[in-house]
Formats: sequence, C-alpha cells, structure tokens
Amino acid sequence: MKVVVDLSLCDLHGLCVEAAPEVFEIGDDGALHILNESPEQGLRPSVEKAVRECPTGAISIEE
Amino acid sequence: MLRRIAIVGASLAGLRAAETLRARGFDGELTIIGDEPHRPYDRPPLSKQLLQGTVEPEQTFFRQKDGYDTLALDMRLGVRATSVDLRTRRVTLADGTWADYDRLIIATGARPRTIRGMAPRAGLFVLRGLDDAIALRQALREASHVAIVGAGFIGLEVAASCRARGLPVTVIEALPDPLSRILPQTLCEMVAAMHRDHGVDLRTGVTVSDLIGDARVGGVALSDGSRVDADVVVVGIGVTPNTEWLESSGLTLDNGVVCDGSGQAAPGVYAAGDVARVVNRWHGDSLRIEHWTNAVEQGVHAAENALAGPEASTSFSSVPYFWSDQYDRKIQFVGLAHRHDEMVIVDGSLADRRLVALFRRGDRVVACLAVNQPRALIKYRKLLAAGGSWQAAVSQTGAS
Repeated sequence: MKVVVDLSLCDLHGLCVEAAPEVFEIGDDGALHILNESPEQGLRPSVEKAVRECPTGAISIEE
Repeated sequence: MLRRIAIVGASLAGLRAAETLRARGFDGELTIIGDEPHRPYDRPPLSKQLLQGTVEPEQTFFRQKDGYDTLALDMRLGVRATSVDLRTRRVTLADGTWADYDRLIIATGARPRTIRGMAPRAGLFVLRGLDDAIALRQALREASHVAIVGAGFIGLEVAASCRARGLPVTVIEALPDPLSRILPQTLCEMVAAMHRDHGVDLRTGVTVSDLIGDARVGGVALSDGSRVDADVVVVGIGVTPNTEWLESSGLTLDNGVVCDGSGQAAPGVYAAGDVARVVNRWHGDSLRIEHWTNAVEQGVHAAENALAGPEASTSFSSVPYFWSDQYDRKIQFVGLAHRHDEMVIVDGSLADRRLVALFRRGDRVVACLAVNQPRALIKYRKLLAAGGSWQAAVSQTGAS
C-alpha cells in the first residue's frame, strides 16, 4: 500500500492526523507531512478512514 | 440473508454508505436513489470556489462516471422516492418504479427554508444543490447588488464570495449578530467586524418585511422601514430535513428521522446525515447535525451496522466538527458548545482574528474553536475525543 497526498488540495483539516497518526502529521512548519509512505497492511483501515474523511479528497491509496 | 440494500439519497452520506457496503464485502443488489439528475457531488465548494469561479461544476463530483463501475450500483438518479412500506420492505419512486430491500438506509438530507409567502421569482435564490450554485453564479456575473437574507454560514460564505467577485453586498440578519445561534457574542462580533472590513453592508436586528418586484426581484423592504435595492437576493435561513416522503411510513419523525445509537430507525432501517437524528455517545444527545464529516461518519456507521445486524451493531460516537472559509480566514469548530459555562481565548486574539477558544462545561472541555490555527485544533480534537478535563485542556495551552 502506498499513500499519496495531493498537497495542493490539502486544507489542513487534520482529520487524517486523527485517523492515522502513524502516517500523517502536521509539522512545525504548518504543513502536512507523510511520516510513512508505505505503511504496513495493519494500518490499512485507519488510512482508508483518513481517505474517506478528508474533506478535500487530497489522500489516495495506490495498491 | 442479505440480498438487497437500498439507499435513498445520493449525496455524501448515501455515497459513503454505498462505498462502505462494498468495501465490507456486500455483493448483493445495491440500489441508490437520488432526486437530482447529477451523480454525487461535494457541497462545500459550492458557496465558495464555485461561486468565485475557481472551481467548475465537473470538479465537484466525487467520482467520475467510470468511477462507479467497481461499486456496481443500481443508480437511479433524477427520481424522487415517494414512500416506503416497512412491512413489505419496498421503496416506491415518483416514476412508478420501486426498489425492494432487506436493509434500507435513509440519507435524503435537507432542503433550504424559504421565507413564508414569498413566491419564487427571477433573481431570488437559495443555495443547497449544484443547480442552485450554477444558477446563482450565472446571475452574479450580471448582478449589480446582492442582498443576502440570513447571516449563518451559508449567507456569510456567499457574502465573502460576492465580495471576492467585487460585488456590493448587503447581509440582513434578524438576530443582533451573525452566527449568534452558534457562537458566543464576542466571536460573533469578530465575524461581523471581519465582514464589514471587507465591505459588506451588514444589517442586524432587522427582518425582511417584503420582497420588492413581482416577476423579477428589485430588492427587499426591511422591518425598520428601510429598503435595499438588489437584483439578486439569496435566502440562507437554515434547512428542513427531507422527511415528507416518510410521513406514512410509521417511522418516528421529529426534526428528522429519529434513530437509536446504532443509527437504526426501525428493524432493518437506518438513517444517516442531515436527515438523521442519531444518539451520539460522545455527548449523549440525539441531535440533527448538518456537518460534512457527520454525513461521512453516519453513512459509514449505518452501512456497517446494516451488515452487522442489531446483535453486533456498534453505537455512534463522534466529536462534531465543522469549518467555514470566509476571506482569508478558516474558522474550525470541534465539539458541542451549547449550554457551555465559559469560553476562554487561550491563544491569539479577537483583534488579530487568529485565535484558539476553548469552551468549558462543568469541569470538562466540550468544544474548541480555532481561527487560522489548524494545528491547535488537531491537538484539542484529540483531547475532546478522549473526554478531556478542562484542567488538561488549559494546561496544554501554548504547547502547540
């Protein structure tokens, strides 16, 4: 599983950080960072939650 | 045996329910019914980017046409559901067709309230759907003055979008401040000042006594005797849940479809999104919530429980979240502030219009509002979800 974020769409709602804190973080620079671009399968449910809850549709999963 | 699931309502809650059912392995017949001709689209951009002209209608669709192939839906768009028979488990549609179901998910949303006694006419708009937004945008291209009735989030976002287009705007609000049903007075005053600084003529404490112009609007007459000339009038005074089609169903309807904590309104019948009143374990109340994230969460939750059945159902628990973009400010709100005892600004200031405010009820923190402070909001959302104490919340101040 590969996590892809279109940062031009990211609006910093932070719902992904709540859904999958192991994968997403808003850094000191105020921008979204992907901590782990290829998370293990065990994190799939939380990454999928981040995808469907992102208000701007900025996150996608590439198999 | 679950063979057929029907979803009535083809917007965000209905779509997320359908996606969840397939993702969880449901491979039976899945029907989704929507009264608009469009495939599901996203509403938040309508009052902002779409009106401002930075987003086109096609960009608001959640999925492209071929994006529905994998969901294998029986998609019935442009036709309204007119009734449901819970005994025979059949939804009847306006074109005389029907959909039989083993589980039903109701996600018919809400529609804008209109001003009583004011008939539709050219130049008079509401904003809820894609067609509303397209028509309003077209009218704004030729408008010379816009009057907006109602200073809630929709009215204020439309006002900001009109100002971005350089249009003169008057906003009319019956209450003393904008957003005063939702926010404490100091924050409402900050929002009012922000709009006035951007050139909005904001008139509060007055109501519309008459609409001027018969075939086409010419403006509005106000309760203080004044008159606002306008060739476009937008009414944003809240919404009504779409439950009329359920009136003969036997379901309990009271400002929405009344559900238990599992999202169930009757055996095998679930509701989600703007139309639903689902008991939320996080705050314990049964409220009808009109937020984007609520539609997602309840759509997913209803789908999961429809598959799990009553024995294995989970109860709904969520910290409400909404946001509003106006000018260069992002207002984010998480939690539930009604009946709060105290509001404290813990970071930033009203003068800067960049702040974090926490809401206390008893010894708990119950809500957080952030203006252009997205990181702080994430921190407090986590604390709110965990049922954090007021002490813990204020001690986190400044540690962002």
